[in-house]
Amino acid sequence: MNNKYHPALFWFAVLTGITTFLLIGLGGLVTSHEAGMSVPDWPNSYGYNMFLFPIHDWVGGIFYEHTHRLLASFVGLLTTILAVWLCLQDSRKWMHWLGITAFLLVILQGIIGGLRVRWQLNWLGVPHGAVAQTFLVLTCSLALFTSRWWINSAAEKQISVPRGLRRHVLYVTLLIFVQLLIAATMRHQHAGLAITDFPLAYGKIWPVTTPDAIAHYNATRPAETIGQPITAFQVNLQMIHRFVAYTLFLGVAAATLLAWKKLGGRDALTKFAFFWLALLTLQIGLGAWTIWSNKAADITTLHVMVGASALLTGALWCLIAGRRNQLAT
Amino acid sequence: MKKNLLLLALGLFATCQLSGAGDITGIITLKGTPPAAKEITPIKDDPNCSAMYPGALPKTMFYVLGANGELADVIVSLQGVSGKSTGASAAPVVLDQKGCLYTPQILAVQTGQKIIVKNSDSCIHNVHTSPKENPAANQVQMPGGADLTFTFDKPEPFLKFQCDVHPWMFAWVTVIDHPYFAVSDKDGKFTIKNVPPGKYTLEAAHRKLGTQTAEIEVKDDGAAQNFTFEVK
Repeated sequence: MNNKYHPALFWFAVLTGITTFLLIGLGGLVTSHEAGMSVPDWPNSYGYNMFLFPIHDWVGGIFYEHTHRLLASFVGLLTTILAVWLCLQDSRKWMHWLGITAFLLVILQGIIGGLRVRWQLNWLGVPHGAVAQTFLVLTCSLALFTSRWWINSAAEKQISVPRGLRRHVLYVTLLIFVQLLIAATMRHQHAGLAITDFPLAYGKIWPVTTPDAIAHYNATRPAETIGQPITAFQVNLQMIHRFVAYTLFLGVAAATLLAWKKLGGRDALTKFAFFWLALLTLQIGLGAWTIWSNKAADITTLHVMVGASALLTGALWCLIAGRRNQLAT
Repeated sequence: MKKNLLLLALGLFATCQLSGAGDITGIITLKGTPPAAKEITPIKDDPNCSAMYPGALPKTMFYVLGANGELADVIVSLQGVSGKSTGASAAPVVLDQKGCLYTPQILAVQTGQKIIVKNSDSCIHNVHTSPKENPAANQVQMPGGADLTFTFDKPEPFLKFQCDVHPWMFAWVTVIDHPYFAVSDKDGKFTIKNVPPGKYTLEAAHRKLGTQTAEIEVKDDGAAQNFTFEVK
């Protein structure tokens, strides 16, 4: 069915996507500042209605957690409006369902966040992070599907994207999602840095993780590292995170090279792939900086945001390539 | 008359019990140089807390040492003794939040013994416990608010208390299900009182340095045992 381009709807979807991205950044700040439990009640804040909590009490960890809740409520409002708007104005049935899915997902996300506080379960932070990334991809996809390019693309001649290239990018994107799950697991252990040097790890390519070695790491960790003692599992998890990062860098570099060879340097998807590679390079740099800065909150949060951007770039690349192929055949 | 005899018998029994118990004493020392204590600089970012420190900021207290390497904050306790907790009738222990720090930062209690958490600051704190064996809790404590009371039913080493409003604020509470334990003081000294004679395993546990054990025999006049930890 033909659908008309609605600029206001498109820009509203863009606003929802950008606000979601900022919300992920603010969520990153909450975890980076270890502030997730600084407001013990939910949906109230220190007994107040969340929207009436006095500003002079937004101090320390409360500032990050409370503003995260307020921005999350705003994203919830935007998503609700977007879902209703799509149902009313977009003629594509599947877009109605995507809008409703986004609405349900934002409610689910709010409940997971609330239960993480109420039930004091650290591990709930991992699905909270995973749903956040999925929701970001969904809201930005809605912006793509309502864009002028998407709607008018049927009327234009499209160049197909080789299947091998599309599959390669899809697999790398899925691996980025897995990497974000590993990262969320690391962050929600609340143990500070499990390995304090880079590019080596405790002076080795793969660190020793015997009980004696772990006890030694704990005894000699930097004095400002104030949290739980680290475990062998956490050390190994950070090592896996590092090696998946190297794999992803090679995967994105290969995708860029393939796009350049198959589509040519002037194709928009090749340029997008180069942007993706730049993001991955930046991300590995930020990962190193996170360690060298002993997990400074602002650097760690930037690492979270660039990770989300890398996932989003891969996902949008796949959708655009899929659309071009659908229309070219 | 019967009542007086009963009281006399009870008094004799109590005296016998006391005379049949000794103290375990010792000194904990640290060999080597631990990582230096650092100023808790995040305090500067909080207007309420930084106002309490117009001069130098407080420092981390992971290794509290005397002039000759005497080590404080080591929990020394008997192992293999269980189910002898007198915590329900023991005096409560106070954990204060003062100057945006927990005081003390290391303490030990019996199972069932009350921990009274105070807020002596003029700012909000939340008291968040992260146990592994006991139920977790996270409670609001407003400035001037009522004291909070915590008890733990299961033994657990270094159970974490923290304030997430001020993420540098930690206290570590070891819960033991008998009364035979002590925390080493600033001179590294400890005394475990009234231990019945017998052979025991004595454990010394430091949050950063791990644990050490020693086999000891307590006689009527008590026993002595020192521990030396080492930073490699």
